Amino acid sequence: MGKFEVNLKINDLPVTIEEGTTILDAAQKLNFRIPTLCHHPDLCVAGNCRVCVVEQTGAKTLPAACATPVAEGMEIFTNSAKVRQARKHVVELLLSEHKSECTSCYKNGKCELQELAIEYRISEDTFLKLVEEKGYTIDDLSPAIIKDDSKCIRCQRCVRTCTQIQSISALAVINKGDEQKIATFLDKPMHSVVCTNCGQCVSHCPTGALVEKNYIDQVWDVINDPNLHVVVQTAPAVRIGLGEELELSPGDRVTGKMVAALRRLGFNSVLDTDFSADLTIMEEGTELLTRLKKALVDKDESVKLPMTTSCSPGWIKFIEHKYPEYLDNVSTCKSPQQMFGALAKTFYAEKKGLKAEKVVSVSIMPCTAKKYEADRPEMRDSGYKDVDYVLTTRELAAMVRQAGMDFSALENENYDSIMGKSTGAAVIFGSTGGVMEAALRTAYEIVTGREVPFENLNIMPVRGLKGVKEAKVKIENVKPEWGFLEGVELSCAIAHGLANAKILMDKVKAGEADYHFIEIMACPGGCLGGGGQPMPVSDKIRQKRMDAIYQEDESLEFRKSHENAEVQAIYKEFLGEPLGHKSHELLHTTYKKRKKY
Amino acid sequence: MDAKKLNKVDLIFDQEGCNALEVLDKALECTPDDIINDMIDSGLKGRGGAGFPTGLKWKFTRAEDDPVKYVICNADEGEPGTFKDREILDKVPAKVFTGMAIAAHAIGAKKGFIYVRAEYRFMRKTLQKQVDEFNQILKDKGHDFHIELRWGSGAYVCGEESALFESMEGKRGEPRNKPPYPTKNGYLNKPTVINNVETLVYATMIFRMGPSEFNKLGTADSCGSKVFSVSGDTNNPGIYELEMGLHVNDFVDEFGDGDTKAVQIGGAAGFCVPRKNFNNLVIGFEGIPTGGSMMLFNSTRSMYNVLHDYLEFFTEESCGNCTPCRVGCQQLLKGIEAVKSGGKSPSYLDDLKSLAKTMRTSSKCGLGQSVANPFISIIDNFKEEIIY
Repeated sequence: MGKFEVNLKINDLPVTIEEGTTILDAAQKLNFRIPTLCHHPDLCVAGNCRVCVVEQTGAKTLPAACATPVAEGMEIFTNSAKVRQARKHVVELLLSEHKSECTSCYKNGKCELQELAIEYRISEDTFLKLVEEKGYTIDDLSPAIIKDDSKCIRCQRCVRTCTQIQSISALAVINKGDEQKIATFLDKPMHSVVCTNCGQCVSHCPTGALVEKNYIDQVWDVINDPNLHVVVQTAPAVRIGLGEELELSPGDRVTGKMVAALRRLGFNSVLDTDFSADLTIMEEGTELLTRLKKALVDKDESVKLPMTTSCSPGWIKFIEHKYPEYLDNVSTCKSPQQMFGALAKTFYAEKKGLKAEKVVSVSIMPCTAKKYEADRPEMRDSGYKDVDYVLTTRELAAMVRQAGMDFSALENENYDSIMGKSTGAAVIFGSTGGVMEAALRTAYEIVTGREVPFENLNIMPVRGLKGVKEAKVKIENVKPEWGFLEGVELSCAIAHGLANAKILMDKVKAGEADYHFIEIMACPGGCLGGGGQPMPVSDKIRQKRMDAIYQEDESLEFRKSHENAEVQAIYKEFLGEPLGHKSHELLHTTYKKRKKY
Repeated sequence: MDAKKLNKVDLIFDQEGCNALEVLDKALECTPDDIINDMIDSGLKGRGGAGFPTGLKWKFTRAEDDPVKYVICNADEGEPGTFKDREILDKVPAKVFTGMAIAAHAIGAKKGFIYVRAEYRFMRKTLQKQVDEFNQILKDKGHDFHIELRWGSGAYVCGEESALFESMEGKRGEPRNKPPYPTKNGYLNKPTVINNVETLVYATMIFRMGPSEFNKLGTADSCGSKVFSVSGDTNNPGIYELEMGLHVNDFVDEFGDGDTKAVQIGGAAGFCVPRKNFNNLVIGFEGIPTGGSMMLFNSTRSMYNVLHDYLEFFTEESCGNCTPCRVGCQQLLKGIEAVKSGGKSPSYLDDLKSLAKTMRTSSKCGLGQSVANPFISIIDNFKEEIIY
């Protein structure tokens, strides 16, 4: 017990439920669905769209179900004539300030406002159309996110996401009354303000007001050009998310079907970002051990610890803006996407006898920030733009639908070679804690010659949806060349979601942390909850995707990055050794300080 | 219903018979429960317009188990047609402060704030000086209560109590979801009594004259007297304190210019009473409630223009947070324009009335909920003026 329970009636059915529960959740318990727009399970209550109003016996007004707690003796009606009229009015009003160009809208068929308009048989002619006279312009200057105020319904899900989950507040409410809108600082374009391009606003937007910039047509064009050789790489989290966009369920693993679909779309070679994830572990693991040696043995004060990961471009932009004094702590490794891109136009082209300028590299990412990352001027080490086009999981699904494929009926196929092999360590990059776990599996073995001391290689303390995680691994009985690490307790921390990253960084800044290695992913849950993943998203769905990732890991023959045969081969044939000359040229990068506001 | 005849009263601005500090001394000797019981017995209801029983508000706040509580004086007098709080703060500020100190004593608050409308900045120097003096007196008396001034920035919605808290906390002035109410979660989420300027002065006066004496004034539903801001087509504009519960007719007899066709009671957010109803409506909580604004219109006025002005005001002053208010106000405004110009047929007014009713039931706060008051009462009574 402990908590009080209250008794109420919803549509004449009695229900007993914990005090503090909202009417919305209580109705859910009785299987009465109340429509919502501004409500989102990830976010704090707003109660501003009013589409969830219900009738309460004895009350003069209709309370918003999402924002009103239950009370003893309440009598609620979720579908009375009064309620239906009010909801209809609310949807009609929202449509009157919404640019309805549904047939050409990127969110057509996936728009929550459209769904409600259909459900309530809304006629658009009831009230006057207000949106035209507002003179909104579309902001499409960012390589990652398009903001179209004419489709915004002011639910403020993006505002709460950017503030609450990401601690950025790139989006805020400005003005009042008929001029109220969601804007960036001084209403400047998204690309010129402090925005990490994480796309969480996109994946929380109910309409087409915030969408990723899509490159579907451009990718069709290169596929259809017979003079070009188009390679595609797929990020770890895409294989456990794509199915959701194609009539399958959260947690369905579709690696084989995805490869088959990509091949049918016409890509010349279907390869895997997981290959370069394994490569990242070799580089980053070596970098960590090198830093530890310089710091612990050589007492080199220029070496910065803790070292942080660098795979998440949202995190990179975040630290460049918010904690630039810690840029030397960030691993110099490029992200797996960019390592792959640099190799596609050098090593891969060479091996396949192709001219680099004829190779087009496309990546499928669970991420919108990857679009920005691929555009960074540093990411041209092959002499060309290393990654030409970045598509989100959602964009790939759109292409599969356009191609008329019955996705769930596709037979599993395998990745092409070279750069198509991977291990379980690479797959778990898609989950928060995954990079840490992969790095530990390899680094521990390099140093001790033994596997990490966790059952079945599963390093449970770094897994799960907790916002900030900490773990310590004691290193014992090391190989002679790693003698300086004997008895060292490796201290690790993991954060996902930038609000959690901020908590962790503030701890580091305050000198309250003794970490050696920190993994940070910009999105909640890590890449599996990325801004380019299928919608809707909630912790329940993230958990299912996470379970799928670890199942995928356990299903693979090799589960440690250093066991990847193609990775071993590329060092032998091309790169030399981790952190070697060639690696530095192609696989490592630099960062720059950016303005705080 | 036994309506009162027009009776001018002088409680609020009476300087002679009332030394606010003497009242304070008397109140501080009373127990909090005695104070609250007196307030309940007096029948005083909030003078800002909503009319919640003041004694109960204090009682609920006192009942909250929290060492930190606040008293806030709502001086964000923004309702079109009200200008009484400005006069009260100008003429009898000590009575306001005393009311706050009494409330603080009753609920156990150590800190009070006066949230003043941005447009009243001209009072800043004087008011600050008076607050400082009052704080010094309290300090000398050894009474642990301190008043601070806070200034609005010109948003009408910040007169709504929860939007006012948000504004005071440095956030965007938008209303909160209720419940919880301010008595439990007010400023900084602490139990808070928030009263209108006039209400606090009446609290002081109730202590001076006793609850039963106050109770003798007015009617059963509307005890005491009230300060009215009289404006519009009148030969005697200004501020008048009248016994509550009088007929609109008596009011018009006193203040009208002989050609009054309508009185807007309660400001832009209030109701329009046409001549035909002057005789059967009472000004008070049993009839037409008001925060004090009384606007008279004579036959030269176009009620279309009056409504248009109000709707322009609401369209601009809606905070924009909730759909019914943000978009509804725009639709009502554009809607009557379309009917006037012939773009929409007169029957469209029925659609708009239906929309106004949804705004009344489904808006988040009092702002959106009350737009239907002027809209429906003006459309119903002056339909021809809207259409032609």
